Amino acid sequence: MTDAGRMHHDMGGREAGPINQKPHSHPDWEKRVDALMMLLSNNKRRLIKVDELRRGIEELGAEKYSKMTYYERWTASITHNLLEKGIITSDELGRKMAEIEQAARSERGAG
Amino acid sequence: MIRNESSVLDHYQAMELAVSALLIEKGYFTEEDMVAEINAMEKRTPEIGAAVVARAWVDAEFKERLIEDGTAACESIGLDMGPTRLMVVESTNEVHNVIVCTLCSCFPRMLMGIPPDWYKSENYRSRVVREPRAVLKEFGTVLPDGISVRVHDNTADMRYLVLPRRPDGTEGMSQEELAKLVTRNSMIGVAIVEAP
Repeated sequence: MTDAGRMHHDMGGREAGPINQKPHSHPDWEKRVDALMMLLSNNKRRLIKVDELRRGIEELGAEKYSKMTYYERWTASITHNLLEKGIITSDELGRKMAEIEQAARSERGAG
Repeated sequence: MIRNESSVLDHYQAMELAVSALLIEKGYFTEEDMVAEINAMEKRTPEIGAAVVARAWVDAEFKERLIEDGTAACESIGLDMGPTRLMVVESTNEVHNVIVCTLCSCFPRMLMGIPPDWYKSENYRSRVVREPRAVLKEFGTVLPDGISVRVHDNTADMRYLVLPRRPDGTEGMSQEELAKLVTRNSMIGVAIVEAP
């Protein structure tokens, strides 16, 4: 089996090690990302298709793909898709993230 | 506000909160929708799939419909199947079925919830299509030599569910009792269903 012309996410048939079967409990933020994708893809909204989510994840490139956690990849792809479709702008996103990070800092400072 | 210990707020956590806040401001959904969606996903557990399997074991007409059109059969018993199609593959004495998503993590979530981490792992995705028997052995499942193993690769729009073989010696059991024997791993195909 050759790897020529294959992208990094296309893993079927490659040599790999033993499977780690340790269960993972999802922190709240991962549940939110999952719910966000369900909301955006359901029959009511159809704003992002599952294929589009996957394409956004594949386009992260091999290095990021292997370094980021599963729901980090989802978050990056969902955001990228929304920007691409013009549903949100990078300006709005930058401002909102700064606002949220600032609020988290002051909350921590106060606590 | 969600934080982790190493920093005030992780970059991607902040990104999710910002994206969701913007979508809520723009009226695409509400915070209540988000909470309802999280709760709905937590209610999707392998028990739903197990009930479908047990019904197919006791109701031949349902099993026939399930194999012919998994989505329609599940919807006919009141299950929400979402936007993806369901294909049910039956394991028998001759054929054992296993599912994977080699490209990502597609999974029959409406019947089993969020997939386990190992299902999404590089090692499972890489190996199960190449050496399924070795992978099954890691899960403690050793199949007789005469049985064929078929591995089914899920896609974004179409999801497989394994209908495991009903174990011998369960003839007198009720649908509810049978459902309790059916595990998530047996519906993925890395395990078989054992008689009690």
